[in-house]
Formats: sequence, structure tokens, C-alpha cells
Amino acid sequence: MAKLNVKPTRMELTTLRRRLVTAKRGHKLLKDKQDELMRRFIEMIRKNKSLREDVEKELHGSFQEFLLASAVMSPEILEQAVAYPKESISVDIKKKNIMSVNVPAMNFIRKLEGDEGSIYPYGFAQTSSELDDAISKLYDILPKLLSLAEIEKATQLMADEIEKTRRRVNALEYRTIPDLEETIRYIRMKLDESERSSITRLMKVKDIIHKEA
Amino acid sequence: MIYMYKVAVVGDKDSILGFKALGIDAFPVIDKDEARRIVDTIARDNYGIIFITEQMASLIPETIERYNIETIPAVILIPSNQGTLNIGMDRINKNVEKAVGTNIL
Repeated sequence: MAKLNVKPTRMELTTLRRRLVTAKRGHKLLKDKQDELMRRFIEMIRKNKSLREDVEKELHGSFQEFLLASAVMSPEILEQAVAYPKESISVDIKKKNIMSVNVPAMNFIRKLEGDEGSIYPYGFAQTSSELDDAISKLYDILPKLLSLAEIEKATQLMADEIEKTRRRVNALEYRTIPDLEETIRYIRMKLDESERSSITRLMKVKDIIHKEA
Repeated sequence: MIYMYKVAVVGDKDSILGFKALGIDAFPVIDKDEARRIVDTIARDNYGIIFITEQMASLIPETIERYNIETIPAVILIPSNQGTLNIGMDRINKNVEKAVGTNIL
């Protein structure tokens, strides 16, 4: 704890007092923000974790099928089969504000071109059924994958913000506020002291004048 | 105002071919210089989500790190066809530790 380097005057005292009030209010607000962020974060991170576990497991399955597909098909035909996708995916990203953190709110737009019903962008003549399986699995995973993207980005941004807020709260709580309080105490003591000394001086002067009279 | 962003996937060719069939733009890369260049290019080019295989991401951690603090694009790690390296999970756990102080999961 260190007292601030200020002159012990009445004016400083008033400014410091005002600063202390602001610091205390800021601390309370930031603390509230931190608590709420933390609550939301924990809610989200759990979802994030289970979602990621799911996605990783399912992707693994799809990749296995894909590996089989590439084993039974020639690479050229495989590449040709997926070269012209039927579906197009775009994402509309709006910014959502959670406790002053801008997290993306993603809205996915999946468009199938041509006939509905079949998700495969190729004919069945030259491709193997493993490829169908792989793609249909991947097709099913996709919504999860996309929502994983949304949640994971949000938790990442929130984690950063929580860390920042916590630093601020701690700085206020353990540094700024105690420093201000100590300085205020110091100034008040100094002022009291000088008041006492001036009173004694006055009494002394009065005494001298009294004696001379 | 509606901005439309695209979705990309970056990684080795065998892993990302399937995504192409679903209409996600696939960018096959082989080495880390190429990966870095591609990620940086598409991040500027109106892509909202970039999926990247963990194998590739492990080669270019600084580049991935750079996009962490930005809202857009979201760089998301996915396992490749050689299985997961657990980097994605690690990132979640790191986030928890950063926010909470200890790992509560």
C-alpha cells in the first residue's frame, strides 16, 4: 500500500474523496459485470464442450467412411464427384451484445440447388456407396459444426473479456481503493495536525499578548 | 443491413474433400507457409467461419491466435482424418482456465 504523491491540502482531500466514491462505484459495477459474464460463460462453455465432443466423434466416423471411399475409388473420380456442390452455405453474422462483449450471432443459410431430396452432387454411376455414406454423415454433422463455430467463438471472446474485467476489478479492489483510502487518511491527519498546531500557536500568542498587557 | 459471409475449410486435401460436397469452400494446403497465407487471405475475403484441421493449426499457432480476439472470422479447429490431436479441447480448457482461474470442467 502506498499513499499517493499529493500535497496534503483540503482541495486534494475533496478530489480524492470524489475519486474514491467513483472508484467504489466502478468496482461494484465491474464486479457485477464479472459475475454475470461468468454465469453466462459457464453455461456456454458446458454446451461448447459437449458439442465439440459430439462433433469430433461424428467427424471421425465420417472421415473413416471417406477413407474407405477414397480407397475404392480413383482419386480423379472422387474429386470430380465433389467438384460441383449442390448446396451452398452462407452465413449471416450479426453482432450480439452480451455484457458489452460483441459475440457473433450466426444465422446459416443453406441452399440446395436443383432437385430437392438428394444431397449428393453427383450421379451414382461412378461413385461408391462409401462416398454416399461419408457425405450423408457429414451432411448431418454440419448443423452441429456450425453451431459449434458460433458458440466456440463466443466463449473465446467472453473468456478474454472476463480476464480483462477480473484484472480491472482486482486493480480497483486491491490497489486503487486502498491507496485512495490511505491517502485520504494521511491528508486528514496532516490537516488535523496543522489545525492543532495553529490553535496552539494562537493560544501561545494570546498568552504573550495577555502578559504584555 | 445483412452481411453474407462465406464458410471455408482449410487442411490437407483428404480431410477436407468431403466438405466441398456440402458447399463449403475447401482450400487444400500442404505446408505451413501455404496454410498461413491461405488463412490470412481468406480471413480478409469475407469468410465468416474458417474451419481448419488441427494438424494444420498446430503448425501455425500464431496465425490462429491472431484471430482469437476478433469477432469475425471465427477460426474453429476440427480434427482431420488422422484423428484428433485434442488441440480443440485444449483450447476450450484454456478458455476456462483463463476465465475462471481453475479448470472446473
